[in-house]
Amino acid sequence: MFALIDCNNFYASCERVFRPDLVGKPIAVLSNNDGCVIARSNEAKAVGIPMGAPAYKYEKEFKEKGVHVFSSNYALYGDMSKRVMQVLATFAPEIEVYSIDEAFLKFEGCDYITWASYAEEIRKKVTQFTGIPVSVGFAPTKALAKVANRVAKKFVEKTGGSYVIDSDEKRIKALKWLKVNDVWGIGSRQALRLNSHGVQTAYEFVQQSDEWVRKNMSVVGLRLKHDLQGILTLDLEKHKVKQNIATTRSFEKNYTAYHDLSERISTFASSCAEKLRAQQSNCSVLLVFVNTNKHRQDLKQYKQQVVVKLPFPSNSSIELSKYAEYGLSLIFKGGLQYKKAGVVVMDITPESEAQLNLFEKSNERHKALMKAMDSLNKQMGSQKVKLANQDLNRTWKMKQERLSPRYTTKITDVLKVKA
Amino acid sequence: MKLKKIKSSGELEIFVASTGVKQKIPFVDAGVKAGFPSPAEDFTETAIDLNVELIKNPSSTFFARATGDSMQDFGVADGDLLVVDKSLEPRTGKIAVCYIDGEFTLKQIRIENECCWLVPGNANYQPIKATKDNEFLIWGIVTHSIKTL
Repeated sequence: MFALIDCNNFYASCERVFRPDLVGKPIAVLSNNDGCVIARSNEAKAVGIPMGAPAYKYEKEFKEKGVHVFSSNYALYGDMSKRVMQVLATFAPEIEVYSIDEAFLKFEGCDYITWASYAEEIRKKVTQFTGIPVSVGFAPTKALAKVANRVAKKFVEKTGGSYVIDSDEKRIKALKWLKVNDVWGIGSRQALRLNSHGVQTAYEFVQQSDEWVRKNMSVVGLRLKHDLQGILTLDLEKHKVKQNIATTRSFEKNYTAYHDLSERISTFASSCAEKLRAQQSNCSVLLVFVNTNKHRQDLKQYKQQVVVKLPFPSNSSIELSKYAEYGLSLIFKGGLQYKKAGVVVMDITPESEAQLNLFEKSNERHKALMKAMDSLNKQMGSQKVKLANQDLNRTWKMKQERLSPRYTTKITDVLKVKA
Repeated sequence: MKLKKIKSSGELEIFVASTGVKQKIPFVDAGVKAGFPSPAEDFTETAIDLNVELIKNPSSTFFARATGDSMQDFGVADGDLLVVDKSLEPRTGKIAVCYIDGEFTLKQIRIENECCWLVPGNANYQPIKATKDNEFLIWGIVTHSIKTL
């Protein structure tokens, strides 16, 4: 038996835990640099705020419609997500954290449980412990658990927020209701193709022959079909090591000087190196890119990237920074207004499998230095120890004009309660 | 080891070692740890950790700061750090962080049939009656108040 639990309007719900006055009100959360809307409460959806709405364009509409706008408070959302997952993990022998606000639970050999009441218990406990409202779906397969979750959410007045698909009758009824575009695992292009083939609902999808599905949607589509038919096919994903890691940012304003780009690229490379070390991997290839502002067509446009092959696999901030900077020196052009840059590390291999190059090798001393750096940063928090060519004066601040307090991660930001 | 004198020249006497006789002494193979063998080794315990003592349920525990003096009789003063647990059942007599009509307030709760009384700990303040007509929520139960002297 599988369960899929997801948080309702997660970012907005996180803000509401500490602002009960905003329950039932329209809320919009903006992307990094307060760019565009990345999350909306149901009420904001209802008043017509679209996903991805650029903030500067919608300022007037936000005011007119009484939408409460927040900068994304990832420190808060990340912490609240951890809490939700911690509570969920107590309910099942196996959990797969699927995203910041959803998780699958797997139950093997738990046939004594009454699923409907268990589902409701999970829903109540998560909400009571963390303040975040969730929807719970239970079913015999992973894909069906996702369907059950959707039913729970869409028909909340009837379901109370939790739903169990435990009969073929319920399964078919749900599949007949679900549009093929809304099926987890079917992308919009595939959905269009299915539509043109006369397939509108998930039920019609599973009616297609195995051969047809395999031919048009590959074995991935076939596995999905079987899972939706109630045939146990998909399983929980084991914790995977990331295959490529990127650190990219858009700048709050345009930058022209080489040393500004260089500082950013060095910082991004360091950040990638840190992420590599956290998963005990090295990379052998890195990509550097710089872009001008594509929204300012009146200015000269330039987009360029370069791939640098490292002489040996590495996860040293110093080495990655050096090679990333070399890459930047190859593609940088003066007199342009740069708006975005990034570093992507690829060809990721485990630290334990480091292949040696005959003529050069990774500086062994870096390992100890990186270990010390990571340990200090972990203790003191937030990038206290940096490379010399990184921004030491924190001139690179993200535009976050509407940030709520970091209620759970900063002692000076905790809730104030009138006594 | 025996020494055999081979030369004597006033100030200096030179000897050669006779290595015919062997003497066995124990050789410590493993690295010798600095420090003495502690009699406490078998009995050590982990140091007191306030996180363990004060936070029984990390996923449902939050911190808050008290502002004001309406709860001084309960030992909570202005500026105290409160440990708030959202997992605990609200019960009469508990100190709770409540949200009523637009603000967070710290009070002792008294649950009755049709209402909940929010009782202060200071004669200068009046108890508040919360009914279904109020926008009211018990946000969490305060388990500890941490005071910096």
